[in-house]
Amino acid sequence: MNPTAQLLKKKKKAILENWMQNQLADESLREDLISNDDLRRQSEELLNGLLSAIEKGNFDDIYANEFEQVTDILSDISVTRARQGFTPCETTLYVLSLKIALTDVLEKERRDQPELLYKEVLQINRLLDSLSILTFETYLRGREEVILRQTDEINEISTPVIRVWDGILALPIIGTLDSSRTQVVMENLLQEIVNTGSSIAILDISGVPAVDSLVAQHLIKTVSATRLMGAECIISGIRAEIAQTIVHLGIDLSNVKTKATLASALLLAFNMLALEVKPKKTTVNTNRIIK
Amino acid sequence: MERIPILKMGPFLLVTIQVDLYDRLALNLENDLINMVSKTGARGVLIDISAVNIVDSFMGRILGNIASMSRIMDAETVVVGMQPAVAITLVELGLTLQGVHTALNVEKGMELLYDKTDILTEQAEEDNDGETDDHDD
Repeated sequence: MNPTAQLLKKKKKAILENWMQNQLADESLREDLISNDDLRRQSEELLNGLLSAIEKGNFDDIYANEFEQVTDILSDISVTRARQGFTPCETTLYVLSLKIALTDVLEKERRDQPELLYKEVLQINRLLDSLSILTFETYLRGREEVILRQTDEINEISTPVIRVWDGILALPIIGTLDSSRTQVVMENLLQEIVNTGSSIAILDISGVPAVDSLVAQHLIKTVSATRLMGAECIISGIRAEIAQTIVHLGIDLSNVKTKATLASALLLAFNMLALEVKPKKTTVNTNRIIK
Repeated sequence: MERIPILKMGPFLLVTIQVDLYDRLALNLENDLINMVSKTGARGVLIDISAVNIVDSFMGRILGNIASMSRIMDAETVVVGMQPAVAITLVELGLTLQGVHTALNVEKGMELLYDKTDILTEQAEEDNDGETDDHDD
């Protein structure tokens, strides 16, 4: 057994106490996110794993077999912490505070052997640095997974194609249009046109915060694709500032039917389908009331 | 050699493309179709591509060519039943088929052709003329 590992194992209790004290004393302790008992259990588990991993004197390769348990525990901790809302700083400090606890104990024990102490502290440093990098990496991965999941969800719910009338589809776009989203929007719209046999599609962009030349390009593409399918596309919900940007950017929308509001687009669609909406005859209503 | 049949329906020509077009076939179609237009004096051409899943820029160009050639010979072209994937591909290729009319299905395409070529109004006028002639007599 490696002498350093042996010493550390003997002093395990002191290290754990020291480490817990460090953590509890730290300002960034998040009692609101994790209870002290849980923290102690987590820390003890990690320390146990770490001490048995270094038994054979491996301080360098954290991807070796004996470290599997430690890296598993660490990844688990950092992914959960990422979801619980710990900051990256707090998550990394958790591992780094173990380093202080370990070197403190070594310092006390090896006071009369400075050379050995130096070598051991270096080893511990290297090991815990790699471990904290690993923690940070898994923390980030945990966060990214959350973001990806949310993006997927947004993409799924953000492109509803609504059938407002027989033969008229409406597609309210909320949020920024980028290439991948336009693709989804376009595919959904075209598929829905085939499914319902609608000949008019209204693209409402009142929920799009800004239109730049790329977004306009995407819109024109969608309109052209709809036209190729044999349906007409009306763009509605053009706000004043969007009209200004479009003209300033020199984007030509003269081939596209545009309307300021969804209501006027719908009216145009009714006209194109030769439909008429008119108020009910009031005499009928009053008759009903009298009866 | 494989050919795509061209059917004559009254004043219109009807082409249904049931196979994926390769270049030679598309060229033949263009040839046959234009010859048919000149032979029959058709007023409109309806091309159904609902069974076509793959297009390339060549095919897009052929469709555009057919439309332009027919236009010169006084026949309107309507392409019907384009698949979403095909439409997206053509747009990405920058081919928006200017000058080609499109419709969702054959039925709507026929309506559009009647609309564009004014054949119904012409017939109605002829009928009216006939009626007034009768009255005169």
